[in-house]
Amino acid sequence: MADLIIAEPAATLSRAGRYQRQDRYFQWLTGGFALFVLLLLGGIVLSILDGAWPALRQFGFGFLVTETWNPVTEKFGALAPIFGTLVTSIIAMLVGVPLGFGIALFLTERCPPVLKRPLGIAVELLAGIPSIIYGIWGLFVLAPFLQHHVQPFLIDTLGELPWIGALFQGPPYGIGVLTAGLILGIMVLPFITAITRDVFDTVPPLLRESAYGLGCTTWEVVWNVVLPYTRAGVVGGIMLGLGRALGETMAVTFVIGNAHRISGSLLAPGTTISAAIANEFTEATGDLYTSSLIALGLLLFVITFGVLTAARLMLRHLERRRGA
Amino acid sequence: MGIMSRFLAAPVLAALVGFGIAGVAPAADISGAGATFPYPVYAKWADSYKKETGTGLNYQSIGSGGGIKQIKAKTVTFGASDAPLKEEELKQDALVQWPMIMGGAVPAINVPGLNPGELTLDGPTLARMYLGEITKWNDPAIAALNKGVKLPSTAIAVVYRSDGSGTNFLFTNYLSKVSKDFEGKVGAAASVQWPTGIGAKGNEGVANMVKQTAGAIGYVEYAYVKQNHMNYAGLINAAGKKVQPDAKSFQAAAANADWAHTPGYAVILTNQPGAESWPITGASFILMHEKVEDPAAAAEALKFFDWAYKKGGKEAEALDYVPMPASVADMVRKTWAAHIKDANGKPVHAG
Repeated sequence: MADLIIAEPAATLSRAGRYQRQDRYFQWLTGGFALFVLLLLGGIVLSILDGAWPALRQFGFGFLVTETWNPVTEKFGALAPIFGTLVTSIIAMLVGVPLGFGIALFLTERCPPVLKRPLGIAVELLAGIPSIIYGIWGLFVLAPFLQHHVQPFLIDTLGELPWIGALFQGPPYGIGVLTAGLILGIMVLPFITAITRDVFDTVPPLLRESAYGLGCTTWEVVWNVVLPYTRAGVVGGIMLGLGRALGETMAVTFVIGNAHRISGSLLAPGTTISAAIANEFTEATGDLYTSSLIALGLLLFVITFGVLTAARLMLRHLERRRGA
Repeated sequence: MGIMSRFLAAPVLAALVGFGIAGVAPAADISGAGATFPYPVYAKWADSYKKETGTGLNYQSIGSGGGIKQIKAKTVTFGASDAPLKEEELKQDALVQWPMIMGGAVPAINVPGLNPGELTLDGPTLARMYLGEITKWNDPAIAALNKGVKLPSTAIAVVYRSDGSGTNFLFTNYLSKVSKDFEGKVGAAASVQWPTGIGAKGNEGVANMVKQTAGAIGYVEYAYVKQNHMNYAGLINAAGKKVQPDAKSFQAAAANADWAHTPGYAVILTNQPGAESWPITGASFILMHEKVEDPAAAAEALKFFDWAYKKGGKEAEALDYVPMPASVADMVRKTWAAHIKDANGKPVHAG
């Protein structure tokens, strides 16, 4: 190497300079790409704010706490869609998280190697199904099934109980908040499963085998070794699923019943933010009406942002406690 | 809103640019945007018209609201809307409006033991069902209209259309005309706040929901009832006569309307007089500017509409739409000659 530098110093220097320049250009280029995302996000936020402004000015804080959504009198409030969005997402998480966990655990801890790949691919394929297909399937297959077989049973059994009985009352329409939540649960399943499985696989075999060697049961290994090791990844997977559940539009629109009402029963129709926008945007004629729909979009943006921030904070808190 | 209409205009522009590059068509396509309800018949007409004349139609069925915004922004040659614009709004933007095609909404029902058309309802009863005041099929109000028909005690499951639509507008407009109570509590619009019931998306959603639920009542476009062999109810019209939904009763509603004396042809055909008129009938409208910027494009569009009035009737009927009566078409042609002009004040449409 030293010989080379002595032999042709000028050429080497110029080459080094060229490499340096290339590196700089590369930095600018990739930095530009990253900046583009920020600009795009900023642009979207600004245009949504601009569009939502007339509604926000007109209704103020009342927009958040009013249940009325009346295009005829132009009185708009977002409480029912906010409520529906949160409730369907919670149901989706109640269904998706335990199922996704179970599948991921089975695949990484107990599954015979022959089945591992086909099962994994099947779960990933679920993620590839377009949401409109889930919607149509939900409307034509799942909803009639729930209407004739599941909901009458729920009404007769759980509906009779004190406290939680109120959640399962009313006529069995088949479609409604519960059905939408179930569909969402199926839709978020592949996200949660795929990510938790991948992070479970990153646990060093040494750790796992040591625990088994000490005589731990599978559950003990998972709870005390695998989960603490993969916490960040698991929370990330759940958040990705929750993000999808909060924003999912088409499948929900088909099966939620689309009523701007808040009902105590999960069997009753409701609406979500994205379903309301999808339903009404095309034929919304008044300026205040359109603006209110855009304001709903802004709210969804804020909710999603809030959920992601909360997840980050929770994760940091957990990490700190573990460090202490 | 500017951002929105520009966003919607993009596909139209892209399509036009694409055409320019390809350079195969003898003339540019006619561009229009708006209502979704008449889209199938416009598409069918466009197909036949292209075969006959070589001129195509690029119609974006983005909804009436979008169509009105686009024609106001002048990004399309014509806009289409299910609900007519009011005279003031037409004047404000110097727009010309006329009816192009008609259709009707029909109450679809799922009541065990009844044949299609066997049940009869009237406007006030229908309004009370949708207000949640009548909850059983054997309610005295329904029984009084159906003497001799055996009505079950099944609970009524009210189904409405959740997406904003011309069908919603017609239905709520009709109920508002016949029931002061409905007008005050709900009102008429493409989307309204329903006090009761369950919302299904699109005609297909409502049809499906009604079919699945015993005791359900919904409302869908006539074509859906006919093509899906659904059970439906007849209605008592403004003249107090029982009518069944068919092409004849829709046309009767149009024939009895006072087109000549309504500015912008803004007649809403619900609850029209006449012994044979179906009470929930409506026309879908076309909007164009009075002073056109591109006379050649406007002339092509008017030629297409003229052709549709003359030759489109059969195809419309095959799709269960109702063509405009010839008398109305003649009035519209006169309107074109009198109001749609180029920059020099010369009428765009010859003939």
